[in-house]
Amino acid sequence: MSSLETPERTRVFPVIGLEVHAQLQTRSKMFCPCPVTVGDEANAATCPICLAFPGTLPVLNREAVTLAMRLALATGSEIHRDSRFSRKNYFYPDLPKGYQITQYDRPIATGGGIEIDTPGGSRTIRLTRIHLEEDAGKSLHDTPFADVPSTVSLVDWNRAGVPLCEIVSEPEVRTAEEAASYLTELRRLLRFIGVSDADMEKGNLRCDANVSVRLSEDEPFGTRVEIKNLNSIRFVAKAIEHEIERQAESLRRGERIVLETRLWDEKSSRTVPMRGKEEAQDYRYFPEPDLGALRIDDAWMSEAAATMPELPRARRARLLAAGVPASDAETLTSARELADYFEQTAALASTRLAANWVTGEVLRWMKERRISAEDALSFPVSPARLAGLLRMLEAGEISAASGKEVLAAMIDSPAEAAALVTEKGLGRISDAGELDRVASEIVASSPGQVALYRSGKTATFGWFVGQVMKRTGGRADPSSVREAITRALETDNG
Amino acid sequence: MDRPAEAEPTGVLETAAAVAGGARSAVQVLTEALERVEAGDGRVRAFLEVTSALAFEEAKSVDARVAAGERLPLAGVPIAVKDNLWIEGRRATCASRILQGFRPSEDATAVARLRRAGAVFVGRTNMDEFAMGSSTENSSVQTTSNPWDLTRIPGGSSGGSAAAVSARFVPAAIGSDTGGSIRQPAACCGVVGFKPTYGRVSRFGLVAFASSLDQVGPLTRNVRDAARVYSVIAGEDPRDSTSSPEPVGDPEGASGRGFAGKTVGFLAEAEVEGLDPDVARNLGDLKKAFRAAGATVTTVSVPRATAAIAIYYVVASAEASSNLARFDGVRYGPRAEASDLLSLYVETRTSGFGAEVKRRILLGTFALSAGYHEAYYERAMSARQLLSEDFDRAFSRVDALVCPSIPTPAFRLGEKTEDPLSMYLSDVFTVPASLAGLPAITLPSGLSREGLPLGVQILAPRLAEEALFAAAGALEREIAFPQELPPGMA
Ligand SMILES: [Zn+2]
Repeated sequence: MSSLETPERTRVFPVIGLEVHAQLQTRSKMFCPCPVTVGDEANAATCPICLAFPGTLPVLNREAVTLAMRLALATGSEIHRDSRFSRKNYFYPDLPKGYQITQYDRPIATGGGIEIDTPGGSRTIRLTRIHLEEDAGKSLHDTPFADVPSTVSLVDWNRAGVPLCEIVSEPEVRTAEEAASYLTELRRLLRFIGVSDADMEKGNLRCDANVSVRLSEDEPFGTRVEIKNLNSIRFVAKAIEHEIERQAESLRRGERIVLETRLWDEKSSRTVPMRGKEEAQDYRYFPEPDLGALRIDDAWMSEAAATMPELPRARRARLLAAGVPASDAETLTSARELADYFEQTAALASTRLAANWVTGEVLRWMKERRISAEDALSFPVSPARLAGLLRMLEAGEISAASGKEVLAAMIDSPAEAAALVTEKGLGRISDAGELDRVASEIVASSPGQVALYRSGKTATFGWFVGQVMKRTGGRADPSSVREAITRALETDNG
Repeated sequence: MDRPAEAEPTGVLETAAAVAGGARSAVQVLTEALERVEAGDGRVRAFLEVTSALAFEEAKSVDARVAAGERLPLAGVPIAVKDNLWIEGRRATCASRILQGFRPSEDATAVARLRRAGAVFVGRTNMDEFAMGSSTENSSVQTTSNPWDLTRIPGGSSGGSAAAVSARFVPAAIGSDTGGSIRQPAACCGVVGFKPTYGRVSRFGLVAFASSLDQVGPLTRNVRDAARVYSVIAGEDPRDSTSSPEPVGDPEGASGRGFAGKTVGFLAEAEVEGLDPDVARNLGDLKKAFRAAGATVTTVSVPRATAAIAIYYVVASAEASSNLARFDGVRYGPRAEASDLLSLYVETRTSGFGAEVKRRILLGTFALSAGYHEAYYERAMSARQLLSEDFDRAFSRVDALVCPSIPTPAFRLGEKTEDPLSMYLSDVFTVPASLAGLPAITLPSGLSREGLPLGVQILAPRLAEEALFAAAGALEREIAFPQELPPGMA
């Protein structure tokens, strides 16, 4: 169990719980037909329902429920057949109804866990609950518009009513690294099973961390501090680390930790108290009377199970068993589509070579072409075409260097690898006569190097190999080249 | 064109039959209705707005559809609609300042169904602001008079709708009922008012007061007309998750079926010491009437009915406090000038809501607050469940339950405006069915010594509208309530 060693040798034991909001990948909002869009014109994706016009009623998006069920299945959580929604009441302009519809006392799922890797081996962080809720809109207090005075606040309700699921962990995370690893694993899982694109930069995955420290593991939990505004996994780790140290420092000085919400301030690299929300809100929860109970029958359960893809950990294990090196397996299972791309390629070529090329050249090109791992299947070189190239490499028909050149050409051409190899004349030079001619020319035109070689500096031999390789564009087989140079040096009598 | 003189304005069925059969045109029917409104509404003030031009468009369209051979169950029937329902092209303000100028973009589901059936929308009727009240005096716009005695309240909150039917302006009106807002004014005005089972009529396009209680329903001059209008507006709606998928059946047919051989139970808790003598006497007559119709009469107890008002004011106010949070001046309605967010909310809501609405918001907010949630909201919800179970037990013994609709005939305008608690007690007989989600109908059952209408209420099990209409139809034939124009209109 890790802890922080303080200068006074007072160990503190951090207790960390994470609350993650993931935007569900549905076509429409939680309770109305508006599309879930990004970067649209402000308030373009709104309607009388999500703007809370009087007389409108919410109708639950079935797809959102199915996605939450899928996540619950993936985390081994218990899905409750009879859950319900409640109203969380508070006033804010970005909350059109004056209440948020959320699951409160009867969430859709409880229990389960996320398995993470720690220096001490893998460990499961248990989940308290998974529940469904709607997002609020966005308030703009410093307007970006020249014609709007700075005293005016603007509201964009495009996000209002967008479906979210909240994933609450038990307070079982012990270090900042574990928190980062938990989030990495959760993000991978959400993407892998198609529940959320989990993009933290876009705010589609948000994390709040509850942090407390205690002086021994036998003590009850200390007063917890909630940290918000964590928009990358790196910040989560940094903020937690800082917060643990801040609390440890307070304890050392004999101060009490105050129950509060703090914000991560990236500029100063520390957490600062959140202003304005000091007084405890009374949300006056009560069951949402506009929606009936959320009942999940057997048919719906099987539907959610049937659409569940293989989970990342299972897939990684399968790749390892097929002979994929561990680090490649990790990379290949970072996204389901990338794993699919790899497996489709490996089905038609050598597994080892496919793993090597997909994690190397293919990912490099995808990055250059701004194709994310989630879009791997849209990479212009299909798995079948890549496999064609890999087969030529495996058969020794082209060199690795030529292979890279061919792959680059394939990105902008529909042609198969073999056709491009012919077109570019990149086939291996296996003709001994051709290599002998090149070797002789080089030996003849480099009397200085020949003299050095003959004086015993045999390392010069490498220089000749390099020259031949250069002249043949890397298409020659290195051992044939060495043979040809040996012959040329023997016949050259100066 | 020769217009047949209309000696006595006709009801829903007769009007629809005449227009559908080509005997009269929808435009003619509308013209006459507008003439009656013009002549009488200066005294009654049932309408907040009469939308003649739009109504004529609608009447013409109905005439064209009839000519094209469409069969319309409400062909050319002029209907008045409570101001809390969406009608395309009209405002919907709940008689509140805070919704001034609010114009919905489409019809409420119930209104769309009426339109499809050939109804013509004459105008918007007055109501207690946000349907909170029992006298229509909480309207921010105007007070409405009872056509039976213009110095008296029409009841509420659907007082405008009840008065419009009672004054013979229109054969039918639409109201909403949360704790009696259709039944109580119908009884005060001597007309039929029906609150369907919760979930029978879509609430889409009805501005919410208390979501778990609100129901849309008809006010008409007779039971059969109510059944016709109800059949048109009822049925599942994908836009209201609480709407019932159960088939509506044939309530209109049921209303003529009779009630012989069935059992009615008179509510024991209604016949208590201190009951208004006119109402008590009327109950005796009603027992005789049911026996004459061939029914067995007995007494049944629903013990928690006595707690209904207390339960209701906690539950309905709690939901209302949340439902009305959206009126913040940010997206629609008038917005107060303010320099910061808090004062924007406070100023907008302070000037936008009337006293009774504020009282209910405060009451509801309190009932849901930390520390009181359990003692009020949760306790009321448990009691509501127990009340429903009481009704289940009662209905295991009887086919229908009977009690008065109103504890006294309509009181005078201004009589109870300073005494909210006594105003709340006007709904003592209507609230139990609301809390249990039961269908309930009121029909005029006689006159008080002062010549004011009394009302009888019939309750049936959830979704048992057919049985309810059978009982109501049978009782209506025995009562034979006078059909002449109310005295205030003569
Ligand atoms: Zn919308």
